[in-house]
Amino acid sequence: MRREPEDTVAGPEDGVAGTVEAVRFDRVTKRFGEHTVLDGLDLAVGRGERVTLIGPSGSGKTTILRLLMTLERVTEGVIHVAGEPYSHMPSGHGERGAGAGPGGPDPKAGLVPASERYLAARRRGIGMVFQHFNLFPHMSVLENVVEAPVHVLREGKEAAAARARELLGMVGLADKVDARPTRLSGGQQQRVAIARALAMRPEILLLDEVTSALDPELVAEVLDVLRDVARATDITLLCVTHEMGFARDVSDRILMFDRGRIVESGRADQLLDEPTHERTRAFLRAVR
Amino acid sequence: MWDGEAAWAALPTVLEGFGITLVATVLGFGVALLLGLVLALVGRAAPRWVAGPVNAAAAFVRSTPLLVQLFAAWVLVPALDALVLGVLVLGVHYAAYLSEVYRTGIDSVPKGQWEACTALSLPRRRVWRAVVLPQAVRNVLPPLGNYAVSMFKETPLLSVITVHEMFHEASSFGSTHFAYLESFTLAAAVFLLASWPTSVLVRRLEARLAKGA
Ligand SMILES: Nc1ncnc2c1ncn2[C@@H]1O[C@H](COP(=O)(O)OP(=O)(O)O)[C@@H](O)[C@H]1O
Ligand SMILES: [Mg+2]
Repeated sequence: MRREPEDTVAGPEDGVAGTVEAVRFDRVTKRFGEHTVLDGLDLAVGRGERVTLIGPSGSGKTTILRLLMTLERVTEGVIHVAGEPYSHMPSGHGERGAGAGPGGPDPKAGLVPASERYLAARRRGIGMVFQHFNLFPHMSVLENVVEAPVHVLREGKEAAAARARELLGMVGLADKVDARPTRLSGGQQQRVAIARALAMRPEILLLDEVTSALDPELVAEVLDVLRDVARATDITLLCVTHEMGFARDVSDRILMFDRGRIVESGRADQLLDEPTHERTRAFLRAVR
Repeated sequence: MWDGEAAWAALPTVLEGFGITLVATVLGFGVALLLGLVLALVGRAAPRWVAGPVNAAAAFVRSTPLLVQLFAAWVLVPALDALVLGVLVLGVHYAAYLSEVYRTGIDSVPKGQWEACTALSLPRRRVWRAVVLPQAVRNVLPPLGNYAVSMFKETPLLSVITVHEMFHEASSFGSTHFAYLESFTLAAAVFLLASWPTSVLVRRLEARLAKGA
């Protein structure tokens, strides 16, 4: 369980594809101090499923992705990834003794909060693309993409570079491998960030408003790349976006959030064309 | 008055002293760079019961004069060669300042850089070595340069523990040849010739970094 399988872009050869949930939030609560952002959230995402989270600003969408990327820790409840506890680990797992709960429906029964070491092994299967790219400015584009495969997956330098060039070609930046990120447009930088995330061969990719920081004319080139990714792989996608056209194209399911709760959920066309909840209608009117 | 011949005669002695001054500065600053980094990392990443005392020790070093530290070390560790001792004391003294400079540099690395590292699952060591420190150091190159110049200018203090650096040599030449004016003028000129271009370089670097080159 310490090691993730090396080749993880595609799922079918896994045998269990479709049978195990990629992600499950089990009554997850997240508070910042007094402020409850998520309140007992239940959420399941299937393997290879593409789910888009929409909703007003401050409704907790980013927090969900950040919890999955382990950039935040849950306050209550448990997150499972690929059928195994993720925010928590079995209490026999080494560090710290069990604080075994009072049995019954307690999602935390037999689990303790995950140690940094446990997370280090498990978060590898998850990648994230950020609103502000967060490329490493002192490295070339190629170095950005090669960094993790070489130092995390222990791929050889040559092999990693070859694959990085391939990925950069896929996002239309074959001619920019030696450039510094700061010399690129926002759209180009975000495409590098996508290539960098994919280089880790994640099973789950998190996209947090990846076009919100871009000039309008650069949005399409990034979304086109992501459409290609969605088409060419069976990666599980969790996506926060205000681009409803894109959400319709790639999502199997759209979840409408408000104040840390799912207000409405449904197939993309269904939710976008015939929203049943008044909050959803109001939100969709506002973003269109 | 000014005796050209005496000045000419003093030159070899002064330059020899300059050699020692350079050695003390380069080695002392090397020690300060390394130890300062260690102090900054300990202050940032070590558990509190380690970081607390270490930070307190650094604060103590910063708040006592270099001259006093030199004397104290000289008295406490008489067995050590004066130059070695001088280099160590200079190094420790400046490390206490450089650790703060490093810390500023580390804090200047945006949160998003750390988060990108987590998203890529980079191991802690690699995060520091490949992502955080290169950017942190880049952000503080000008203050590091300024501290190097200021250490260089403080090396005459080493003369009190009998290190034969330039000021010491100029002073002893002056007393034996009754030519203080000439020998000290030479020493001052050499200090100026060495530190002025360095300061200019540091300022250029500063300007370049400010432009985001
Ligand atoms: N680190 C934090 N500390 C305190 N409050 C936070 C923090 N991160 C997010 N929040 C709060 O949590 C709420 C949900 O934020 P977020 O998940 O970013 O919403 P969304 O992405 O839907 O706009 C907001 O009210 C925000 O202010
Ligand atoms: Mg957000």
